[in-house]
Amino acid sequence: MDPVSAKYIGAGIACLGMGGAGIGVGHIFGNYLAGALRNPAAAGQQFTNALIGAALAEGLGIFSLVVALVLLFVK
Amino acid sequence: MATETVVNDPIHQFRLHNLFDLFSVGGHQISFTNSAFFMGLIVLFITVFLLMAASKAAMVPGRLQSIGEMWYSMIHNMVNNVLGEEGKVFFPLVFSLFSFVLIANMLGMFPYFFTVTSHVIVTASLALFVVGLVVVVGIYKHGLGWFRLFVPHGVPIVILPIISVIEIISFLSRPISLGLRLFGNILAGHIVLKVFAGFVVSMIAAGGIIAVSSVLSLGMAVALTALEFLVAFLQAFVFAILTCVYLNDALHPSH
Amino acid sequence: MATTETTESTGAEGGHESGVFPPLDATSFPSQLFWLVIFFGALYLLMSRMVLPKLGAILTTRKAQVDGDIARAQALKDETEAAVKHYEKALADAKANANDIARDTKAKVSAQIDGEQSVLDGELAKKIKDAEARVAKAKAKAMESVESIAGESAADIVASLTGGKTTKTAVAKAIAGIKR
Repeated sequence: MDPVSAKYIGAGIACLGMGGAGIGVGHIFGNYLAGALRNPAAAGQQFTNALIGAALAEGLGIFSLVVALVLLFVK
Repeated sequence: MATETVVNDPIHQFRLHNLFDLFSVGGHQISFTNSAFFMGLIVLFITVFLLMAASKAAMVPGRLQSIGEMWYSMIHNMVNNVLGEEGKVFFPLVFSLFSFVLIANMLGMFPYFFTVTSHVIVTASLALFVVGLVVVVGIYKHGLGWFRLFVPHGVPIVILPIISVIEIISFLSRPISLGLRLFGNILAGHIVLKVFAGFVVSMIAAGGIIAVSSVLSLGMAVALTALEFLVAFLQAFVFAILTCVYLNDALHPSH
Repeated sequence: MATTETTESTGAEGGHESGVFPPLDATSFPSQLFWLVIFFGALYLLMSRMVLPKLGAILTTRKAQVDGDIARAQALKDETEAAVKHYEKALADAKANANDIARDTKAKVSAQIDGEQSVLDGELAKKIKDAEARVAKAKAKAMESVESIAGESAADIVASLTGGKTTKTAVAKAIAGIKR
């Protein structure tokens, strides 16, 4: 296989990891919202925790994007 | 043609330009680059802005002073909530980290401005510094007892070695994840922005029906800009709060 | 299209000073690290020595001022409440006092009225009795004089009729007989 095309295919596969991060972030905010609607009084204090969780989950997806970018641009 | 490739090149924005060379240490050239210029600009901006905000010291704050106070009390409350009373020492550090990252990200949102946090060495060294500080403060405060952090309470003795190994790995991965998260978010955001902006240019150049549909690409670029502003703030905030959480491990290892 | 663009961009990259991805270019690390240490250190010093104490001072003075104001407002409120309570107590006292005075006065006045009335009644009764006694006396006297006049006139009539003389006792005896 042509090494350049292999790199691009690899980058595309690496980007699939972003989907997992998307699912994770969706779970976090969905559950946060469900909890917030059930108990709106406690929602404000937990928003920071929701953000931390979202950032942690999103960070993992970003790693796969970085891997893809490295595959694309680093020689 | 050469200008068009620059426009369409999403990597060009991260390129460093030597403004002037200073000296070399051990074969490494130390030079004043656009990155260093923007770091200076960040420090200048934060200092001047906050000093202007604090200059009036009015009992009823104006707009500028309100922003300064919100900025201050947000980090102050964060440090207080996560670290408690003894975490006060770290407040200037967390504030500096937050402000540096926030203003670096925000200045990076201006067209043709260099984004300091889009270079892995900057974010990784900030993250390494934070985790190194956690180790140093933890050992300074608790001695070797700090290593109980890796030996959680109430775990059966059989699986304790495995848990400890996992804890150590998770601790060692902190600087990587902390630095790489910020770097990756900013890098990816800027690349995606540039790609969509580049689409607009090349679609208009193509002409015809493709040129008309470049409006969609433009709308996407506008929406992404808004998202990137959110990310710029959120990543600075997350960096600061994770710093607090990690420092909490140094102060209270057996949580 | 994207592929051609990326190849184009990666191709264009090769034309620049170094073919590596700039954010991961290790040759730029020392100088970036150098300036990061300098500028971040400067930022930390500026924040911890100059900016944060100022902002913190503003916030603490405001907090102290607000707390002081709240405490003062609370004290004033307490004072007002105490004054209101005091006033209400005084009002209740005054009301009770006024009631007492009214009752006392009423009792006194009615007692006085009763006393005067009884005195007056006594006087009136005495006067009536006196008057009655006087009337009875006068009646008796009048009766007596009527008897004597009647006796005299009877003696006179007898004398003029008979030309004889009558004794007083006989006349009186006759009158008493008639009266009976």
